[in-house]
Amino acid sequence: MQTVDMQQLKSGEVNLGTSIMAVQFRDGVVVGADSRTTTGSYIANRVTDKLTHIHDRIYCCRSGSAADTQAIADIVHYHLQMLTQQSGERPTVHIAGNVFQKLCYENKDALSAGIIVAGWDKDAGPSVYNIPLGGGLFRQPWAIGGSGSTYVYGYCDATYQEGWGRDETVNFVKNTLSLAMSRDGSSGGVIRMCVITEDKVERLFVPGNELPKFWEGEEVLKLIAPVKKRHEFTDDMAVEV
Amino acid sequence: MNSVYSGPGFDFANTARNSFLESRGLPLPKATSTGTTIVGCLFKDGIVLGADTRATTGPIVADKNCEKIHFIADNIRCCGAGTAADTEFSTALIASNIEMHALSTGRKPRVVTAMTMLKQMLFRYQGNIGAALVLGGVDADGPHLFTIHPHGSTDKLPYVTMGSGSLAAMAVFESGWKQNMTREEALDLVTAAVSAGIFNDLGSGSNVDACVITASHTEMLRNFVKPNERVQKERSYKFARGTTAWKKEDIRDLIITEDITVIREGEAMDIS
Repeated sequence: MQTVDMQQLKSGEVNLGTSIMAVQFRDGVVVGADSRTTTGSYIANRVTDKLTHIHDRIYCCRSGSAADTQAIADIVHYHLQMLTQQSGERPTVHIAGNVFQKLCYENKDALSAGIIVAGWDKDAGPSVYNIPLGGGLFRQPWAIGGSGSTYVYGYCDATYQEGWGRDETVNFVKNTLSLAMSRDGSSGGVIRMCVITEDKVERLFVPGNELPKFWEGEEVLKLIAPVKKRHEFTDDMAVEV
Repeated sequence: MNSVYSGPGFDFANTARNSFLESRGLPLPKATSTGTTIVGCLFKDGIVLGADTRATTGPIVADKNCEKIHFIADNIRCCGAGTAADTEFSTALIASNIEMHALSTGRKPRVVTAMTMLKQMLFRYQGNIGAALVLGGVDADGPHLFTIHPHGSTDKLPYVTMGSGSLAAMAVFESGWKQNMTREEALDLVTAAVSAGIFNDLGSGSNVDACVITASHTEMLRNFVKPNERVQKERSYKFARGTTAWKKEDIRDLIITEDITVIREGEAMDIS
């Protein structure tokens, strides 16, 4: 059987060879992403913001072609603005997910876009939807995506637990992305995160030299912290902007 | 007159011949491309754009002093790399649309408006319009600097480079850029970045064009630096008069004269 090679980008296309993630917790969701965009082997942007505003309490993480995902996000943003003006109330994350899915599924032959939609709404509270390459729509408690995600499925499966609070979830996202970025050559730079709750959207930023470190050889770790303490991560590691 | 009936619509009669010729190794006509160094840089009160002035067709320099900083609006300019015709026409089209937009809204155009128009057009053409752009300007929200790739993706950054010389230019920016530079510092850095492209990238060359945009004023500095001027040859290579001897001299009139004889006067037009 012949299949369409969805992974194949057009030559010279700008790629978000990415690590992206969204996790649901008690009061909201945490979305996170690395900051690398590449054209072939060149880093076209090392401080990219892949966390894209869709509505007041809905964000999406973009992976795949930069042009495709930006165009999709712009169109969904437009649709949700129209919907808000006409219905007079905030759209749900489920509605946003469905608009994304419609565009991704109906144009699947022309697009390479893997998108995670996440946010908070009155109906479902916090929720995360994953829209992978073929244009499916799946609600998940946590979702990872992009080329870097393949390296950390095991870590996420082993670590995630229900009923976490904000800080535990932020640390989970931060550690997962740091691990993915260290193994995936197409991911890297800084970590950008958004904590979306009913009251506000809080942006977090972790510089590239302050990423959580795991085992990289004794001599490297000795310079940073005593070896015993290497799995303890504190809240103040999240630098706010 | 053509004896064969040709119906309406496109004529694909030559496609079979063309694909045959192409398979036999006849190359397609090449587009002039601007194997380019274009840059942009944010400073204290605005934007500085920079570009080299070389246009190439394959290995041939097609134009030694072309203009790559295009006009969008009084307060917005756009540097183009890639296919020369595509950058020229897409910027001209958007400049026209921006003027219409400004006229109908009665407001000064914004940089994001131009950016959105360009990215939506390039995305619609799925990369077939080979325009890689650096868009910069100052509007009601302050200074803005964008890169736009041929497939329609955009980035917003404080310093950007594009074209084949972008790696050389970015190396200069990464080591020399700092926040809140003065106009002079920024202009020096942009010149250094474009020069790095001119001297280290084969696709870029000749002179440095620059453009400084601030809230009140736009200054186009055409040929701001000319590091590759042709100089007076150190020697004359002319042969001295009489170097070649001759046996015969014959001077002829090269102007051919023709006599026109009117055979029959044309009939006067019937204006009754």
